[in-house]
Amino acid sequence: MTRMDSSPHVTRRHVLVLTGAAAVAAGTGLLPSIAAADKAAVEAAIKKAVGDASTMSGRITLDLPQIAENGNTVPIGIEVDSPMTESDYVKSVHIFAEGNPNPEVASLHFTPANGVAKASTRMRLLRTQNVVAVAKMSDGSVYRETVEVKVTIGGCGG
Amino acid sequence: MFTRRDFFTLAAATATLLGDAGRAARGAIRQEITQDDLLRFDPLGQVTLLHITDIHAQLVPLYFREPSVNLGVGEVHGLPPHITGQDFLRRFAIPAPSPDAYALTSVDFAALAKNYGRVGGLDRLATLVKAIRAQRPANTLFLDSGDTWQGSYTSLETQGADMVQAMNAMATDAMTAHWEFTYGTERVQELLEQLEFPFLAGNVRDTEWDEPVFDGIAYFERGGVKIGVVGQAFPYTPVANPRYKIPTWSFGIQENRVRELVEEARAEGAELVVLLSHNGFDVDRKLAGRVDGIDVILTGHTHDALPVALEENGTLLIASGSHGKFLSRLDLDVRNGKVANYRYRLIPVFADAIKPDPEIAALIKEIRAPHESTLSKVLGKTESLLYRRGNFNGTFDDLICNALIEERDAEIALSPGFRWGASLLPGQEITLEDVYNQTSITYPAAYRTEFTGDFLKVVLEDVADNLFNPDPYYQQGGDMVRVGGMSYAIDPSAKMGQRISDMRLLKTGDPIDPAKNYVVAGWASVNEGTDGPPIWDVVSKHISQKQVIAIPENKNIRVVGG
Repeated sequence: MTRMDSSPHVTRRHVLVLTGAAAVAAGTGLLPSIAAADKAAVEAAIKKAVGDASTMSGRITLDLPQIAENGNTVPIGIEVDSPMTESDYVKSVHIFAEGNPNPEVASLHFTPANGVAKASTRMRLLRTQNVVAVAKMSDGSVYRETVEVKVTIGGCGG
Repeated sequence: MFTRRDFFTLAAATATLLGDAGRAARGAIRQEITQDDLLRFDPLGQVTLLHITDIHAQLVPLYFREPSVNLGVGEVHGLPPHITGQDFLRRFAIPAPSPDAYALTSVDFAALAKNYGRVGGLDRLATLVKAIRAQRPANTLFLDSGDTWQGSYTSLETQGADMVQAMNAMATDAMTAHWEFTYGTERVQELLEQLEFPFLAGNVRDTEWDEPVFDGIAYFERGGVKIGVVGQAFPYTPVANPRYKIPTWSFGIQENRVRELVEEARAEGAELVVLLSHNGFDVDRKLAGRVDGIDVILTGHTHDALPVALEENGTLLIASGSHGKFLSRLDLDVRNGKVANYRYRLIPVFADAIKPDPEIAALIKEIRAPHESTLSKVLGKTESLLYRRGNFNGTFDDLICNALIEERDAEIALSPGFRWGASLLPGQEITLEDVYNQTSITYPAAYRTEFTGDFLKVVLEDVADNLFNPDPYYQQGGDMVRVGGMSYAIDPSAKMGQRISDMRLLKTGDPIDPAKNYVVAGWASVNEGTDGPPIWDVVSKHISQKQVIAIPENKNIRVVGG
């Protein structure tokens, strides 16, 4: 998997959002009873990030484990297929965790100078849930991809 | 007056009564099958792959009952390996009773075991491997899919060293791993220093730099064919086993990584690409459908034994069973970087029909000698067939759960759904070795704690989804957690969170109250700092006190729904 080799722009605010969510969930043990964001909240967050455009499938490759080894730090890699030229590039990528108290995980901003729209980071997942990525292109089109990540109690492998 | 014939009958009967069916079995199995029969094979092509998997450190012959329940959900419902018993016999046209029926199913197991005897034993395997190598010296590649270093008293005592020594002596060509990792990072690295062949695990990366920890590919040339062997360790090792033992190693299926390694092998000129895998059969079948260019997957982990090679997207899937019970032989004719033809045989290792290899037999004796008095210590006797394998409770698990409830004064017992562990026949003595064969792990603490009814359901639902998630990539390959003191119903085809119902406390018959606390005893917790005596002490004490073990058929789990 890749590291931050294309240096996308993660703002300080987004990092704070990430750690804030983690702090809320800390110390609650195996089964936190914190309310997850509902579907409507996730859709609202997506709308806020990329506007009203209808989303298409394709172009986004999400690299996530099917089952998290540690829900507190789940690696995520994302790559968006794009020529990354002045006339056709990925403007931003937004990652949402449907089952976290605050669904906004990260927003990544790109320019053609990045060369590729590719990044990886780690996030906390409260429980088994869908991770959603949306990518906004320079022409205004929006792509969307969803992957389910299981967070299990574990312990019974054959 | 005794005739000569009477004497033989008597001798055979005595052998059975003494709990050593061996002498009688030797006669029966040899009348039907010989070592030459087991080795009979019309060689084909340039390459002979020999495969074993999941031998779980079993150096000496044992009994192993195949599952009577091995359900498949979703797309794999009713497909091999998810067929058992009579269905299995019909599907593969195996007559019964017969040595093959005994080896491959649970049908009439206890009776057939008395006739056909024990299976496996590394010295018997060695005889077969050496004979085939002698026949095809430049063509044979001997591969092990892992779960080799764990599962016995001697492997636990030597922290895996006995098996490294034994597999070196077997001249193994490469292995991958799963339970090996439960000895912890440092010990695995020490053992790798002693290992004389490649340890392949392309899907293990370090958590700090995200770099490969082990080699992913090894190359061999056999019969003029360049072979690339890609190794895939059990993807969910840090989830299914304690993460704290290997805190800096990350696993996962990593399908893209497998694809890269397969492409790399082809680019390096491999004409035959073999995935030596510990994914589990259903995961490998899905992987074969999605990753092109793999000629053969030598599967492991789920302990399935199939008498045929299954084909998926041009990939041959081989399932070689467990516990040294089978040796797979796959002959391949490779033309222009493709398998043009193949011939396959799953060879049952009938211990009494095979002459032990003297070199490996001597090594096994040497390994076991310092521990002989411990291994052979008799704790009691069983009147029932004791076994573990199967989706739900096995009788040996029921024995362990009874021990946990009585010795730890608990209302409910939980025991892990491992797929390893030798079986014992009715009338057999139970030795300390037998107990270790069911419990030898590096995190053995038998905990005693309180769970709410709600949390008990969460545990059952969680494990059920690891077993019955319709997407194989989400399956961890164990069986259902074993439960004592409680009954429940399960609908394998239902959604996560909706499979378990009608949980009841056995001693009262009352429904489990979600809000109430229950005293629960269990073992094999993956959490660090779990307290309690080792499980083998709990079980041994229980057997010693009871002396005679009788386990009735378990009727506490109802399978419902589609």
